[in-house]
Amino acid sequence: MISRLRSSIWTTIFVLLMAAGAYATFLRFAYGFSASTNLSDQFPWGLWIGFDVLCGVGLAAGGFTLVATVHIFNIERYKPILRPAILTAFLGYLLVCAALMFDLGRPWRIWHPLIMWNHHSVMFEVGWCVTLYTTVLALEFSPVVFEKLGWEAPLKVIHAVSVPLMIAGVLLSTLHQSSLGTLYLIFPEKLHPLWYSPMLPIFFFISSVAVGLAMTIFESWHSSRAFNRALELPLLQGMGRLLAVLLSFYLVLRLVDLASRGSLGYATEGSIESYLFLVEIGMLALAAILLFQNWVVEKPSALYGSAVLMIFGFITNRLNVSITGIERSSGTHYIPRWSEVAVTLAIIAFGFAAFRLAVKKLPIFSEA
Amino acid sequence: MARAILYDSTLCIGCRECEKGCAAKWGLPYDDNIGKEEKLSAHKLTTIRVFGDHFSRKLCMHCNEPTCASVCPVGAFTKTAFGPVVYDADKCMGCRYCMAACPFQVPTYEWDKPLSPRVRKCDMCYERQSAGKDTACAEACPVQATICGDRDALIAEARKRLAAKPADYYQKIYGLEEVGGTSVLMLSAVPFEQIGLKTNLPHSALPPLTMNVLGLIPNIVSAGGVLLGGIFWLTHRKNEVAKAENGNDNGRKH
Repeated sequence: MISRLRSSIWTTIFVLLMAAGAYATFLRFAYGFSASTNLSDQFPWGLWIGFDVLCGVGLAAGGFTLVATVHIFNIERYKPILRPAILTAFLGYLLVCAALMFDLGRPWRIWHPLIMWNHHSVMFEVGWCVTLYTTVLALEFSPVVFEKLGWEAPLKVIHAVSVPLMIAGVLLSTLHQSSLGTLYLIFPEKLHPLWYSPMLPIFFFISSVAVGLAMTIFESWHSSRAFNRALELPLLQGMGRLLAVLLSFYLVLRLVDLASRGSLGYATEGSIESYLFLVEIGMLALAAILLFQNWVVEKPSALYGSAVLMIFGFITNRLNVSITGIERSSGTHYIPRWSEVAVTLAIIAFGFAAFRLAVKKLPIFSEA
Repeated sequence: MARAILYDSTLCIGCRECEKGCAAKWGLPYDDNIGKEEKLSAHKLTTIRVFGDHFSRKLCMHCNEPTCASVCPVGAFTKTAFGPVVYDADKCMGCRYCMAACPFQVPTYEWDKPLSPRVRKCDMCYERQSAGKDTACAEACPVQATICGDRDALIAEARKRLAAKPADYYQKIYGLEEVGGTSVLMLSAVPFEQIGLKTNLPHSALPPLTMNVLGLIPNIVSAGGVLLGGIFWLTHRKNEVAKAENGNDNGRKH
């Protein structure tokens, strides 16, 4: 009874989000950005870049992290959670591409960077990496589909090329996860000193690996509840402990970098930037502290809660870099319009639904 | 021989004829209300701005090493040898990195066009100048506050003005060094920030900030590939060795 009520509530929310998203989509493509966004000449990148692209790509980083763990470092005990991580990553990248179709002014030209080269442009490099990596993810995911269909021949082909494919996937991810930070290196006088640093590419890379682990914990927890599966607790505990170390390393690096540039003082200047910086660092630091406690790592709900805290800290960081940190120099104020939020939420809801459907129809969890 | 524009704020009378000339050249609408909009937009590619007793002009600065041309993933911007930075709308996919990255906040967008929006900015009348004519704004200016010509000659002219009337000028040329130098130069009676010009810009060009990092990619790929391949070989070798040893043990037992 309760579970039925619950599922009908979720269905209702899903339908509402899709309806709002559909109307926002209509506004975007019938009337343009001015009717569907609060973007302006002073603030050309908003929620769709800050959340859908920057956070989306980061939150999908669990795929390459686990591929590297299981196949390259050959730590086989993590294999049971590899497929869900690859599924999350593959869906994540498809959704990032979907979001780009909203944000690009002329979305049908999304392929232009493939033939019109400007190798000085970080965006060009990101475009290529994301295209190639989405292809790699499709291939890494394809065995699941081939198994379901019982196709032996293509399975053999994929298996034969799997090692170079996985290495390429890890390299491509390293490149574009860090390059999303490199995008902002050319904003030295625009991005607030609490976030601008020559180290941005390294910060983006480390935090993407960290949030990839957190997302894997998040998604295992939800899958175990949704599909009545046992939680792979020892695996998640190992990831939680690794996450604690990685996060601490990241935070120390951030603070040392700020101090060395003499920008630490901005953290307490009492501005909107300083508050949001403290929120960001506070969430990440709290997640790290919690994950160092044995009782947290041993208790599934506490472990899950810490992962969620890390995810929110990560999202805050990406939004701070792309929105908070840019506002002052832009000379304007940006708050996303309802239709921007509606598109973003519809994309997230679609992602959850697609994950659910894939798990039900395909052998995602069965292999172990 | 690169062309440039020199705008002398001390000569400007704020008549906005440059705005009108520019709008006419691009075929854009112009009336008193548009004249009052003191910011660049897709329908206004240059504007006069009023700061108390002083005027200021805003237009694309046509950087010597343009950030827009560096960041554009499809190479839609080109710094011509002739001076102007020109834009090719046929390449543009509308990512707007140029707008986000431009240190002068110049490129604007056709936000209300749902399917085929373009970036809009001044092209320093590339075609007019190629044909030997002045830019539309320079031609329209009744007091020659905006003139165009060879960049070196205009720098010499600007220096001459600063030296001739030291009391009338803030003793610097805007655009000489900002982000590595621009093809639009400006003179002012007061410090530049008082007429709305950005003075926190580095004096070196911005593109190397990202190009230097991109230059590391071949090394990351080759070193990373070898490293990952090596780790793969090592970790799997361990298994094979273990397997082989087990096999030997079994062999001995039999």
